[in-house]
Amino acid sequence: MFPELNNLLNITPDKVEQGKLTLLCDAKTDGSFLVHHFLSFFLKAKCKVCFVALVQSFSHYNIVGQKLGVSLTTAWERGQLVFLEALKTSLDIFFQTPAGPHPLQFLREASARNLQPLYAFVQEALKPEDGGEATWRHPVLLVDDLSVLLSLGVRAVAVLDFIHYCRATVCTELKGNLVALVHDSGDAADEENDLLVSGLSHQSHLILRAEGLATGFCKDVHGQLKVLWRRPSQAAAQRDRSLTYQYKIQDKTVSFFAKGLSPAVL
Amino acid sequence: MAAAATCGAGAGSPGSVAAAVDRSSATSFQRKGPRAGGADGGGPRLVSIAGTRPSVRNGQLLVSTGLPALDQLLGGGLAVGTVLLIEEDKYNIYSPLLFKYFLAEGIVSGHTLLVASAREHPAGILQELPAPLLDDSYEKEFDEDGCNHKTPDSSMKMKIAWRYQLLPKMEAGPVSSSRFGHYYDTSKKIPQELLRTAKWHGFFLPERISPPLTVEPCHLTHGYMKLLEFIKKIVSEEGVDGSHPQKKTKNILRIGIQSLGSPLWGDDACCAEACDDSHSLTKFLYVLRGLVRASLSACLVTVPAHLIQNKAITARVTSLSDTVVGLESFVGSERETNPLYKDYHGLIHIRQIPRLNNLICDESDVKDLAFKLKRKLFTIETGL
Repeated sequence: MFPELNNLLNITPDKVEQGKLTLLCDAKTDGSFLVHHFLSFFLKAKCKVCFVALVQSFSHYNIVGQKLGVSLTTAWERGQLVFLEALKTSLDIFFQTPAGPHPLQFLREASARNLQPLYAFVQEALKPEDGGEATWRHPVLLVDDLSVLLSLGVRAVAVLDFIHYCRATVCTELKGNLVALVHDSGDAADEENDLLVSGLSHQSHLILRAEGLATGFCKDVHGQLKVLWRRPSQAAAQRDRSLTYQYKIQDKTVSFFAKGLSPAVL
Repeated sequence: MAAAATCGAGAGSPGSVAAAVDRSSATSFQRKGPRAGGADGGGPRLVSIAGTRPSVRNGQLLVSTGLPALDQLLGGGLAVGTVLLIEEDKYNIYSPLLFKYFLAEGIVSGHTLLVASAREHPAGILQELPAPLLDDSYEKEFDEDGCNHKTPDSSMKMKIAWRYQLLPKMEAGPVSSSRFGHYYDTSKKIPQELLRTAKWHGFFLPERISPPLTVEPCHLTHGYMKLLEFIKKIVSEEGVDGSHPQKKTKNILRIGIQSLGSPLWGDDACCAEACDDSHSLTKFLYVLRGLVRASLSACLVTVPAHLIQNKAITARVTSLSDTVVGLESFVGSERETNPLYKDYHGLIHIRQIPRLNNLICDESDVKDLAFKLKRKLFTIETGL
């Protein structure tokens, strides 16, 4: 986790808000550093994490996690982390017919109508342990990333339904958190994606939007992060709070600074 | 070039042992040495595969694309386990060259090749590969072509990268070369004895396709489905996915797929905006990514991106690939007569570089890159 981002968001591993949907959005840049942040943050906060990794392999997250101070292998062995490595599992389901229901069953269908097997997987992974004693704090579902589901033939409405079901189970019933990453292309080229992004934005409590700089590439400032706190269920009597920072990604951390106040400029 | 400078600065850090990042975590980050097994990270040390070298930044296993200038722009080379997507130029003049450089580099390094095309027979493609320039002759080629010394960033600076040569000598072959990245003479064909030693598998779509009697199970275009099954079969046959642990000598599988997404593959992404097979190409790339990640292979795919009608598909194809390079040739455009570009044949855009096993990537500082095909060499230059 990045200590500076924790300060900006006013969260610590000891004190985590529950029942929240956090949306990570990236536009014309790579927002995967936010996924690494939240993964290591929740593992350090001793939450039970279910990570649906659709685009990268386990070792990728593990190696970056080690730089951030968590070991995914240890967390997995202890049962704190349930990891769905879709790149590897997709090969099994794609080339042969599965025996039973498989979380990635939508790969075999022309246009999958719903993501129910995937939801069943998440539900099974995060169900509270029997026996009263809870080893871990509240459950967390992390998805990286949702836009790739659209490329695999799932309709935007089906993805929104899936998130709705997950939110009902994870956030409301189990009092946990949900964090998901989507790509936002900005221009209206991909209508399904825009539908997904706006649908999710309206349901989220916290939106972190990583954008490239409007002026183009810069070596010292890699992008801009817009943080938006929302209250989706209540009437918008108060304005949603929003802050903008610029960031630079380094080898083991990301440094944030106010707009125009990059250390390279001062 | 700035990229070379950052490589030099970065060489200090891999050797040091970093202190524990967080006092509460049990592990402290330690540098174990060059990481093995490509993007997957696991497995025994494999630094001794011919034609590869570990990345300076994180020990990622890299192979050369066949163009040392492009290797430098991509941060040292193409990472094993990733897919390089080349967006073809408008009349498909220069992208076949990059395709051939990639395959020729594989032959010279002794890698196994898998060539897939819907247009030309793979045996024909291999016959057309350029001949490698050996150590003694390449310097002469540079002088002959009258290299422009005012832009020193071109191939002369490639020598800086050769400091990181860690490879042992290759086994005996007609061309014994322990270099990473070679130069090729496009006016000569590859010598036959070199081709004979090469190990390759070809996939020519018209030969493999049979009229589909039933609907495909995963609703991919028939051609794509056959190609994926073929790639999976070769990957497990060659043992690059670690399925033959007793095999001592490991090798890289180079997969080259030409003009993916064109109508010749049976895909109508280039024909209509609202196409029936709108998910075929993206599903194919996803499964290909899964296959390549789990094995010691590197894949180069050329896509006629300018023909794809639906821009959403272009965006999705870009995000599903690891490295994306776009070629824009000046042929037929107004830039052909622009005096600024008179020495060059086109622009090359590095659209995306992956951040593998890392938060950062080796992005080059220079974004204005142009290429030109000299009499025998393909060079990439900057500082227009």
